[in-house]
Amino acid sequence: MREFDLAVIGGGPAGMAAALAAKESGLERIVIFERDSVMGGILNQCIHNGFGLHTFQEELTGPEYAERYFRKVQEAGIPYETGTMVLDITPDRQITVISRERGVETVQAASVILAMGCRERPRGTLGIAGFRPQGIYTAGTAQRLLNIDGVLPGKEAVILGSGDIGLIMARRMTLEGAHVSAVFELMPYCNGLNRNVVQCLEDYNIPLHLSHTVVEIHGKDKLEGVTVAAVENGKPVPGSEEYFPCDILLLSCGLIPENELSRGCGIGINPLTNGPVVDDRLETNIEGVFACGNVLHIHDLVDYVSAEAAQAGRSAAAFVQGQRGDGGETHQIIPGDGVRYTVPCSFHRNSREDTHLRFRVRSIYRDATILISCGDQVIAKRKAPVLLPSEMQDITLKYPLLEQADADIIVRIEGVTA
Amino acid sequence: MTRNLICICCPRGCQLEVTLQDGQVTDVKGFSCKRGKDYAVSEVTAPVRMVTTTVRTEEGVSVPVKTAQPIPKDKIFACMEEIKAVRLHLPVQMGDVILENAAGTGIPVIAARSLGE
Repeated sequence: MREFDLAVIGGGPAGMAAALAAKESGLERIVIFERDSVMGGILNQCIHNGFGLHTFQEELTGPEYAERYFRKVQEAGIPYETGTMVLDITPDRQITVISRERGVETVQAASVILAMGCRERPRGTLGIAGFRPQGIYTAGTAQRLLNIDGVLPGKEAVILGSGDIGLIMARRMTLEGAHVSAVFELMPYCNGLNRNVVQCLEDYNIPLHLSHTVVEIHGKDKLEGVTVAAVENGKPVPGSEEYFPCDILLLSCGLIPENELSRGCGIGINPLTNGPVVDDRLETNIEGVFACGNVLHIHDLVDYVSAEAAQAGRSAAAFVQGQRGDGGETHQIIPGDGVRYTVPCSFHRNSREDTHLRFRVRSIYRDATILISCGDQVIAKRKAPVLLPSEMQDITLKYPLLEQADADIIVRIEGVTA
Repeated sequence: MTRNLICICCPRGCQLEVTLQDGQVTDVKGFSCKRGKDYAVSEVTAPVRMVTTTVRTEEGVSVPVKTAQPIPKDKIFACMEEIKAVRLHLPVQMGDVILENAAGTGIPVIAARSLGE
């Protein structure tokens, strides 16, 4: 049986950054398993720019960002196996993989980093009435068809959901000669970044209708159009219906971390993120198994994924090398008023490292204060003019601060909801 | 006259307020970095955008490409037309010039991925 110090599951931005950091921390026997035929993950189809401002201090396209990391992986001599799908991970870190070259094989890893990324929320989860005609795609599927396979999947488009991929695809379809009539968003706020509303919708006069959704899909074999309605209190408003003819409906309604392997391994999943429950070391409830990137929770920026993944890589190295202390007592990190979730969910008092506290707010806040308290005491505080659910927050808690925290920590927001 | 903009330079999306007098920018408020200030001035005088798209190679593989710098907004579709007319063979290296002068802007279009090595 082949043996590794670290097996990284997934060769996207999270997997590559995690493997690189583990290598820099001194781990030698590393392998990256990648299901696709090439490394880079979803970045390969994200041909737009806007990646890398934090990591490389310049604005890159997705493929450029991926290629830079891939070159580092090659230069570091880290082995990667593409066309290789992981079928199973056991709690004692035996990994069963399948590939054309090796068939089915089980390997032993001293540590595992989960970096499988996420999937798009499909139509079946959205509860839209109507037949299931051809012409309904998740935005990312259409993005792959257009940017990798070179096929324009429709000429007259409606987009449901204001996630960034949907906004990006509105522009992309328009540039390729399709007509995008509008983007409809169920929530009263946009789920994508403001910059994308400006440069993907406003630049091309594509309207964004908030508090609207598709209530009916028309067409039996081939999509003919959709009926859209305004939404109040979660219900369509009678009389507000409008028909939009289209041959393609793109869905950009959220992303779901891909955790089938994690569940099979017995890893606890946080229902708020659909990702593994992890501590400040990004370690799951299974010792030696860590998680990072979009499999852990959905990120807005690949730069944040790379930073988080590097932390997982360092944690895995410290675990394998026996260099981490016992960390002392652990306490929970609890999402309080206005906070949807936090990553991590717990911390070690004596981890001797700063902890990145990543979280999202529940609704839009103005003139807000982020309050982090332990018992009766506020231990950290940060003011923010605006907090948006679409923007992940990242607060660094310095190590000495946590050393003094002798109880659970609560993160909450004070401010005006808009 | 003032114009309110949302900065597109980074995901922060700063809200900018630009004051104009006789077509000249006299004040910019709300930016958090130099890029944002420059964007505000450019956006109200001569707006520019990066163009990213793909080129289908003769071998059938799509290569992502981008303008090396942002180009004037009103040249975007002309640039797309010129890129569509490009015939390209593998292999391609990231950074290879695909088109030397996009829509008369003097700005080249370059490959954003190495393929077919």
